Amino acid sequence: MTTRYTKDHEYIRVEGDAGIVGISDYAQGQLGDVVFVELPSVGKTLSKGDEAAVVESVKAASEVYAPVSGEVVEVNSELEASPGTVNEDPAGRGWFMKIRLTNESELDGLMTEEQYGEFVKSIS
Amino acid sequence: MLNRQGRPSAPQAHGVSDPAAGMGDQAARLQGDANRATGSNPEAHPTFTGNKALAQIEPLLFEIGRYDTTGVDLDEPEDFEPRLGGLERKEAIGLPGLSEPETMRHYVRLSQQNYGIDTGLFPLGSCTMKHNARLNERMARLPGFSDVHPLQPVSTVQGALELMNELGRYLVTLTNMTAVALSPKAGAHGELCGMMAIKAAIEAKGEGKTRNVVLVPDSAHGTNPATAALIGFKVKPVPAREDGWVHVEDVKERLGPDVAAIMLTNPNTCGLFEPQVVEIAKAIHDAGAYFYCDGANFNAIVGKAKPGDLGVDAMHINLHKTFSTPHGGGGPGSGPVVLSERLAPFAPVPFVRMKDGSFELVEQNDEAGGTAAPFGRMTAFHGQMGMYVRALSYMLSHGSDGMKQASEDAVLNANYIRAGLADLMSLPFGNKPCMHEVLFDDAWLKDTGVTTLDVAKAMIDEGYHPMTMYFPLVVHGAMLIEPTESESKTSLDLFVAMLRDLAMAAKNGEKERFTGAPYHAPRRRLDETRAARSPVLKWSPPAPVAEAAE
Repeated sequence: MTTRYTKDHEYIRVEGDAGIVGISDYAQGQLGDVVFVELPSVGKTLSKGDEAAVVESVKAASEVYAPVSGEVVEVNSELEASPGTVNEDPAGRGWFMKIRLTNESELDGLMTEEQYGEFVKSIS
Repeated sequence: MLNRQGRPSAPQAHGVSDPAAGMGDQAARLQGDANRATGSNPEAHPTFTGNKALAQIEPLLFEIGRYDTTGVDLDEPEDFEPRLGGLERKEAIGLPGLSEPETMRHYVRLSQQNYGIDTGLFPLGSCTMKHNARLNERMARLPGFSDVHPLQPVSTVQGALELMNELGRYLVTLTNMTAVALSPKAGAHGELCGMMAIKAAIEAKGEGKTRNVVLVPDSAHGTNPATAALIGFKVKPVPAREDGWVHVEDVKERLGPDVAAIMLTNPNTCGLFEPQVVEIAKAIHDAGAYFYCDGANFNAIVGKAKPGDLGVDAMHINLHKTFSTPHGGGGPGSGPVVLSERLAPFAPVPFVRMKDGSFELVEQNDEAGGTAAPFGRMTAFHGQMGMYVRALSYMLSHGSDGMKQASEDAVLNANYIRAGLADLMSLPFGNKPCMHEVLFDDAWLKDTGVTTLDVAKAMIDEGYHPMTMYFPLVVHGAMLIEPTESESKTSLDLFVAMLRDLAMAAKNGEKERFTGAPYHAPRRRLDETRAARSPVLKWSPPAPVAEAAE
């Protein structure tokens, strides 16, 4: 199981041929209280960098981009009723969607946990 | 000069005119402490009614209304046969009634809780809340303007049409453009109009299928990408640079045969004039694309620079920002669009035209004549007549020299605030001159435990409408302040002194003054998270007393 991060603060935790996508703890902290999450429909095909979801907080609405290319196989529909989960447990219950990867090598272009930690330190 | 508490306000008291130096730290501290020592802690003296003297608690209409009361006396209708096919109401509609004096008090009390440009300084950046001249109101109420109907025969409204024509001439002259569409209802509608003209021009060249990308800088108003997306363009962002400017090489990198247009705001939302605007326009035109300029900040450059000279092809003008017509609840907006020679043929109907010594309204595409190919029509009628009268009244009462001075004063005022606060607050792009608005970030609040939002709430306690917060998004914790030319030096001095006092309080660890604010507003701080997560959008009658007691 590997977790990779994007510069836009999405994470993807790969298990088998699919990856769970969400936003990082740093991202939820920057956004403030999340009040609404718009998720893609299951079956949607995304290219890396496509707008995959929208997260809205008391401060701003932001896009969540697909960290890799693939098909959306599952979404966390519980977020629609309780968007605050994204703040409480971004890496766990606050996940957004599960994507079946079409090109695993795209993961190599993303940051490791350690690299992401350094990246966050450099911008904060 | 005395402030509202009758104390001399610091800048004059010290005989120093520079607000940065004038509001001595010690003086400001004393003033701040005096406020809180003598100051009103409403909770310490609760009233029986909940009213605070002249500030009356006003419940909802539904809570004070009764179903057996009405302010009008209408005869009961005689028996009649309903012709609604069985869809008529079965029971009473449930609207509360009030007597006339009760109705009057309800709305007057609500209006007293309002804060508007007529109450005080309204520093919302990028919104330009300037003085709404009373002369404008007088002119708009002249019977020949206020009583006209859009379906009246044109021979009976020649004066109104002449006014529209004259307003259009002013707008075209001030911008050095070729044509104007007056009908768009406000800024975003104007954006849509301009972008539809661009789309029509692209389609006329047979490139409708291939040119489908619109470039939008990160600092743009959110309506820009929304407008482009609404009519089927794909939006490609141009990233922000650390200096707050859009760079021509960043634009060039993204140009290609697929690019239809760029949507650029100038002066931009960081309050900076785009120095490379002419180069950007040239690059855009060389690539066969069009230059849309968001004119929300035109008030900074009226009489100083003409968008047509900068290479702009289309720009909306917010009459309710640049030309002093009221905002929001005060009146509808109005967003005329000026078009370059390249786009003029595609201007929408209706428009006013002079023919045989009188004015006519061109209402249909095929009446446009010549090479004109209007893209269609955006509104049922002719736009916001009342706003046209007010805007032209502003233009004529100021003259070209006056409008130019208004731009200069707006820029001067914003820079006065920048200079007065630069040592205490933080400027994301360095301490360089701004245009009509000054942008601070929240770096100065680091480690204070106070956020931009808290500062805004504390400003409410101080009697000011907060500035624009958290926009533009390219700056962390943005505070965008636009005083406009309407404010006097006295007014700016007090505003700067107030913000200096807040800044020093935040840095001195007086966190509660911020995190609990507003303390003095009619309502305390809203739980924005809960309001957004579980909004109550409908009034429900309270439970009957017997049940509630259980």
